[in-house]
Amino acid sequence: MIHSLFLVNASGDIFLEKHWKSVVSRSVCDYFFEAQERATEPENVPPVIPTPHHYLISVLRHRIYFVAVIQSEVPPLFVIEFLHRVVDTFQDYFGVCTEAAIKDNVVVVYELLEEMLDNGFPLATESNILKELIKPPTILRTMVNTITGSTNVGEQLPTGQLSVVPWRRTGVKYTNNEAYFDVVEEIDAIIDKSGSTITAEIQGVIDACVKLTGMPDLTLSFMNPRLLDDVSFHPCVRFKRWEAERILSFIPPDGNFRLLSYHVSSQNLVAIPVYVKHNITFREGSSQGRFDLTLGPKQTMGKAVESVLVSSQLPRGVLNTNLNPSQGTYTFDPVTKLLTWDVGKINPQKLPSLKGSMSLQAGASKPDENPTINIQFKIQQMAISGLKVNRLDMYGEKYKPFKGIKYMTKAGFIYINWRLLCSSSEWTLAHKNLY
Amino acid sequence: FSGNSCDATSAPQHYTSLITTLKTNSGIFSVLRNEDLKEMLESSKESLKLEAMKRIVGLIAKGKNASELFPAVVKNVASKNIELKKLVYVYLVRYAEEQQDLALLSISTFQRALKDPNQLIRASALRVLSSIRVPIIVPIMMLAIKEAATDLSPYVRKTSAHAIQKLYSLDPEQKEQLIEVIEKLLKDKSTLVAGSVVMAFEEVCPDRIDLIHKNYRKLCNLLVDVEEWGQVVIISMLTRYARTQFTSPWKENNEKAFYDSEEEKKDQVEAKPYVMDPDHRLLLRNTKPLLQSRNTAVVMSVAQLYWHLAPKHEVSVVTKSLVRLLRSHREVQYIVLQNIATMSIQRKGMFEPYMKSFYVRSTDATHIKTLKLEILTNLANEANISTILREFQTYVKSQDKAFAAATIQAIGRCATNISEVTDTCLNGLVLLLSNRDETVVAESVVVIKKLLQMQPTQHCEIIKHMAKLFDNITVSMARASILWLIGEYCERVPKIAPDVLRKMAKSFTAEEDIVKLQTVNLAAKLYLTNSKQTKLLTQYILNLGKYDQNYDIRDRTRFIRQLIVPNEKSGALSKYARRILLAPKPAPVLESAFKDRDRFQLGTLSHSLNIKATGYLELSDWPAVAPDQSVRNVEVIEPVKEWAPSVGKAKPPKQDDKFYSDSGEDDHEEEEGEEGSESSSSEDSSSSSSDSSSSEGLSFCVCIWVNIPTFGPVKSHELLHHMTGKGLSARYHFPRQPCLYQPNMVAVQVTLTNGSDHSLEEIHIGDRSPASLNLHCFNTIERLEPEASVTVSMGIDFSDSTQAANFQLCTKDDQFSVSIQPAVGELLMPSSMTEQDFCKEQGKLLGMNETSATITLAAENSSSQSLSKQVLSVANVGVVSSSENNIHRFAGRTVSSGALVLVTAESRESSTALLTINTDKSIMASMLLRDLKQALAQA
Repeated sequence: MIHSLFLVNASGDIFLEKHWKSVVSRSVCDYFFEAQERATEPENVPPVIPTPHHYLISVLRHRIYFVAVIQSEVPPLFVIEFLHRVVDTFQDYFGVCTEAAIKDNVVVVYELLEEMLDNGFPLATESNILKELIKPPTILRTMVNTITGSTNVGEQLPTGQLSVVPWRRTGVKYTNNEAYFDVVEEIDAIIDKSGSTITAEIQGVIDACVKLTGMPDLTLSFMNPRLLDDVSFHPCVRFKRWEAERILSFIPPDGNFRLLSYHVSSQNLVAIPVYVKHNITFREGSSQGRFDLTLGPKQTMGKAVESVLVSSQLPRGVLNTNLNPSQGTYTFDPVTKLLTWDVGKINPQKLPSLKGSMSLQAGASKPDENPTINIQFKIQQMAISGLKVNRLDMYGEKYKPFKGIKYMTKAGFIYINWRLLCSSSEWTLAHKNLY
Repeated sequence: FSGNSCDATSAPQHYTSLITTLKTNSGIFSVLRNEDLKEMLESSKESLKLEAMKRIVGLIAKGKNASELFPAVVKNVASKNIELKKLVYVYLVRYAEEQQDLALLSISTFQRALKDPNQLIRASALRVLSSIRVPIIVPIMMLAIKEAATDLSPYVRKTSAHAIQKLYSLDPEQKEQLIEVIEKLLKDKSTLVAGSVVMAFEEVCPDRIDLIHKNYRKLCNLLVDVEEWGQVVIISMLTRYARTQFTSPWKENNEKAFYDSEEEKKDQVEAKPYVMDPDHRLLLRNTKPLLQSRNTAVVMSVAQLYWHLAPKHEVSVVTKSLVRLLRSHREVQYIVLQNIATMSIQRKGMFEPYMKSFYVRSTDATHIKTLKLEILTNLANEANISTILREFQTYVKSQDKAFAAATIQAIGRCATNISEVTDTCLNGLVLLLSNRDETVVAESVVVIKKLLQMQPTQHCEIIKHMAKLFDNITVSMARASILWLIGEYCERVPKIAPDVLRKMAKSFTAEEDIVKLQTVNLAAKLYLTNSKQTKLLTQYILNLGKYDQNYDIRDRTRFIRQLIVPNEKSGALSKYARRILLAPKPAPVLESAFKDRDRFQLGTLSHSLNIKATGYLELSDWPAVAPDQSVRNVEVIEPVKEWAPSVGKAKPPKQDDKFYSDSGEDDHEEEEGEEGSESSSSEDSSSSSSDSSSSEGLSFCVCIWVNIPTFGPVKSHELLHHMTGKGLSARYHFPRQPCLYQPNMVAVQVTLTNGSDHSLEEIHIGDRSPASLNLHCFNTIERLEPEASVTVSMGIDFSDSTQAANFQLCTKDDQFSVSIQPAVGELLMPSSMTEQDFCKEQGKLLGMNETSATITLAAENSSSQSLSKQVLSVANVGVVSSSENNIHRFAGRTVSSGALVLVTAESRESSTALLTINTDKSIMASMLLRDLKQALAQA
């Protein structure tokens, strides 16, 4: 399965290598660097690269390439999923997954990788188990360890490894028993120039932070489970129960985990909670263009739209912009032509707007395309799909836990795409006019 | 060192000085640095050694060579400090191959650790031992693997499955022996082992399909509870297995007819109706829930299983889940889109409702965009083509030019596939010729060329238009395409063609090679059709070509000249020049790049790369006739037949419910799991007996019979009161496990507690009476501290009688006579049998072998559940599943002689019940009846 792992930073240096079978020379990465050079953007490096004797499968996270070396047939998703799990684990352990963090904790990284794979086959990937085997480094523990010479490495096999609930630590104890659930939804939509929605999808996750003593058995039920079109579960959720009763029943892992991700289908009508009025024009022959953008809320059930961020890739011909935001700050990068406007909160009484002019390259012809506009925002206390948690019950333990549920809506990406206004029939017309 | 500098500052005084010297020296003399590390490793301070090892691991991680330190490192292999030990392991595995002789020094440490009572240590010893790639130790590894494969801890067994693959890659000669181990491990019921052993199977002997037969149903049933990585491996193995063992569910020939003709014709069309093998159905049913897994690899592997195994109309259940994966990471999207692209060629309908999910976003990476485009093109049909074309028009305007070019190609494909829109597309593409962007124009020209070739009639307008644009186009591929077009259809544009050639003659030397070749081509074709106007031009161009720097062009020029210009040397060929050059050419086929990918199994690396990867296993075709189905039958040991499809609906709810499996084999695991905590707690008590007690703890785990639940706390009896025992007290209970020492003994656990104020020494068993009493004693307990207690196990052969076993419990100073009086129910072992077998056996034990009585049940015991609970608490028997609600059957065998004891309880109205016991041990029967009566009558 996975033969070796190389970590490559943005500038193309290998800063960590780990081998699970015999050593593979790092020169194998040359094929990867070649592909990297060929790609215009870092994201464009193909995830699977064949070389004469090996295959390279890579993922890019936090500007680090995780390159796995494979020698024979294996499902590529198997490797990709595992690499992402490695990144998640690092993030979990060190807070961030950067080159510096990995270099500082190289011993813990090595111990983790050693536990996660045996002979290239995943062994322990469940964070609750890993944390029992290797304790995450904290400043206090590092201090204590250097003085007392004690270690981060557990001596016993975590019992979870053998039990039927491998995701939960045993002997969990808290003085305050709490269970929090965050329902976070993201809208992903494409809107055309006239404001009508081309596609809109809602995908949501329920992230949980459960700190409960002992072996609690939880059930979570929804007011309107029919909304959920497609779901994927953490392994702790009993699937049969969901199939039969639409109730989530599970013994939770300890700490933070993603209980559920779901999808509200595009067949349902999705109300986009903001609207954009825009007028971006370039005139033929003039070196000036006009830029006018206004945002407003709609269908937010009285909740405030916060952390609004508008970005747009302006055409190459634009030299500079001279814009005036009614609120927030805007930046324009003349090299990448990226315009970003950090709006902040939308006040329904006084709608935020960004107006002004753009200067174009002298003599350049009018850009033939209008830029796409991306919008991101957050709405607290609301799940846009209308999903509501009905109740949370706990069985198996005697105490009364504190329960909390939070809702949030985010715009993953909303694109205002400047669709061509002429339809295919107009194409024909235009062609006829040519002659 | 820079990375560790902060550690160094917080380090205690006694070695900061050493580190400072290290820091000053580092980078100047690397030899010296190694010397210092060596010195640290050889010091007596654990912390210093650990620090050194951490630095060495840092070096390994950076890819620096640290092999020089091997002798110094390997000395620490037996260290007590577990972190130090682990780091040494890391080092050893990395360098053992280079330093084989020195590595051998460490082997004995691992051999010792393989016998350690702690399963984690046993497992990690095996892991490292098998990772040391030194051929000399192959026999030792083989032995260790065989031993670990029968270990009590499933975790160790899992490790041994991994070790099989390592040994196989080190020495393929061991294959036969390894297959034997694999065969044994395949029978393992633990979910922990299943994935790893199937992995080993796939690596060592994927062709030994016969090993799977007996385990097929078990694997299917365990699947949902196996860890996610194991699931992927098992599913892909089962896909291959199913393709060799079941007949095709695809009704190839009459599928169309079948669907058109609805229900009534069904019977006529199908002469021999296809019936799916229940095992085939079992696999499909048990994998379906895994589509909801959070692990994308699992979802993909189920999707490919359905694609390759399910009847055509069932495949679409995977669509939604695959589309869901598109919201995962970029790399996941890439692989999933590739697979969808292959699927969408064959089955448009599957993904058409989700077309919008494949709309391109401006933030997608280029390879994602191209794949989405591919899928959209595959999905295009008469109904949705206008939507798709509108979408494509936006893409053409994309700033990502490679993508815009790909879009134009896609438009071309739509145009050829759907004849209704060919003209629209062609016109649209012509419109793009006036686009400002060069790549867009070039790509359009290339695609237009292909389209025109397919239907060259009345398109001279377009060719003329392109000729006009020719001067403005600079991309060589596009120029070459236009030249080719003009040459090919020169008779349709007789006025323009010579003019274009004139222009080309002027600029010939400055053109790219590909344009030059096409110019020569154009010249030759014009020479043949219109030699009057172009003869001179052609000769001029041929002369230029003759002295070109590129040999391809020189070569082509020479060839063309010989072909078209008649002279005395030219042979018969020139007569055919016209037929050679102006032959009608077949139109190119614009088809998907994923057309031929379906030769590979979906979801594989080979599919992703479209090359056969090393180790790719072909998916065989369905057999025409199904091989023998009975090979998968297993003798049923469990009382519940959970696999039988006929009982699918009537399955007990408990089995249906299992998502965390809660059937027998897992109880087994849980027992094992407790072992860890048990031994740790006894280590805490830090008595000298800790070793023996933990090893005893280990042996308790051999419980094979665990599907018989024990209810409530086990009743424990007093063996010795602390007043009579001078402080030593003892209690015993029957754990109801098969005895380890001899099968005809009853297992007894004795808990010894020291209630006195001084420690007791040498606790052991002395004389026994009757002297013939067959008794397995516990090992002498050297020392028992005050307030401490220890549990030991012993085995007693009661010879199926309730006569008490008398023996003496001795300490160093005293002797106490004690006796264990077993209840008759404890002299039994549960026996599992089916209802039919039960009735058959009962039939043999009638007459004087039958004892029965009618009793009045206490109100609490009237329900069937509490009734069987009471019976089980009295006697160690097994429940026989019964088809009648009011009759409860229990079966057991006597421990010593193995005689059958069958208990039937038939509850009747007004809370009475008829108890019947059939056995040839009539004394036991009456005693058992008495006990049962008592238990059932009292509250």
